[in-house]
Amino acid sequence: MQVPHARGPLSAWVRDVLVGVDPGHAPDVPEDALTGNEDAQLALWMTYELHYRGFDDVSPDAEWDLGILALRRQLERRFEEQLRAVTASAEVPLDTDVGEVLLDLAQSADGPSIALRLQRDATVGQMRDYLSQRSIVQLKESDPHSFVLGRLDGAAKVALAELQYDEYGGGRPGRLHAALYAQALRAAGLDPQYGAYIEQASAVTLASVNVMSMFAFNRRLRGASMGHLAIFEATSSLPRRRISRGLERLGFPEDVRAYFDEHVEADAVHEHVVAHDICGCMVAAEPDLRDDVLFGALVCLHMDDLVACDFLQRWDSDLQVAS
Amino acid sequence: MNEPVVVRQCVDGPMLVRGADVVLDDQGNEHRVTRPVVAVCTCGKSQRKPWCDATHKVIPR
Repeated sequence: MQVPHARGPLSAWVRDVLVGVDPGHAPDVPEDALTGNEDAQLALWMTYELHYRGFDDVSPDAEWDLGILALRRQLERRFEEQLRAVTASAEVPLDTDVGEVLLDLAQSADGPSIALRLQRDATVGQMRDYLSQRSIVQLKESDPHSFVLGRLDGAAKVALAELQYDEYGGGRPGRLHAALYAQALRAAGLDPQYGAYIEQASAVTLASVNVMSMFAFNRRLRGASMGHLAIFEATSSLPRRRISRGLERLGFPEDVRAYFDEHVEADAVHEHVVAHDICGCMVAAEPDLRDDVLFGALVCLHMDDLVACDFLQRWDSDLQVAS
Repeated sequence: MNEPVVVRQCVDGPMLVRGADVVLDDQGNEHRVTRPVVAVCTCGKSQRKPWCDATHKVIPR
């Protein structure tokens, strides 16, 4: 993947470091909300991507460049503060069993539904927009959580390994979920290459994948990572069935729907595994992590709402979505 | 090494089955287990029986 084009001073600075141009002093991180700031989110995404697949013609040493790490630390601090502020007043069901709290939270999600729109009314162009934006997340599906595995122990670790084994195809390379997504993109006539749509990725799309990386790369936030995953899985099964129906309505090939159909079934299992076997066991072993598990869960609900609004606003304000 | 098959009933949800090779549906049809854990529908409303598809969440309890 090529280093993406800059969208402002922060991403320009990171880009300069990566391509070997003297970047000068790092710009200040803005005070206002970072979630909708595409420059800040792209800069953060680039710093994280060095830990995943990296970029063409960029030295692997850039992964631990101290200037990049220093900027990332500032971006993360601001981003985490803001996420804590927006989720601080959320009501959390009272239950001593954290697994049940997580499933109740997922069940209570009442934000705008992108899946309903895709099922009933979306155009082919809007469906393609959805598939290409989500490729930023789905082509490295489960990869953030693999970084957390080494930070857990006992029953929680066993359960996460079990989940990842299923996400990673259960021993069958063709069933790797990220590969199923690539197959879906190809069948839809879209580019299945990792990072192909990074230039089109919106601030909110980038933020939705950046929170997963931030939670996974900071050991301190391992509870948030797993709480986020619990909501991600528990709000997946029904929506993906709707999306599959939308794809059928619009005449997309079977191979596009296969990814969504697999997730209807897989995530109906995974939500229970993450809520009880991972988060429940994690909090039983380390009770102090409960608040962070719930923080991660609330962040996922918050991001899901932002992602839905992002798509709906774009589609409703611009009927000329590129197809 | 013969690990026991473990079945767990989820609260208002499916049964999680670990370690099974085959699940028989209500017609007696065999369904091979291809995941480390499977969720078997217990509400009777799944459209992917015998597997849970989360339909129980949208039917009144």
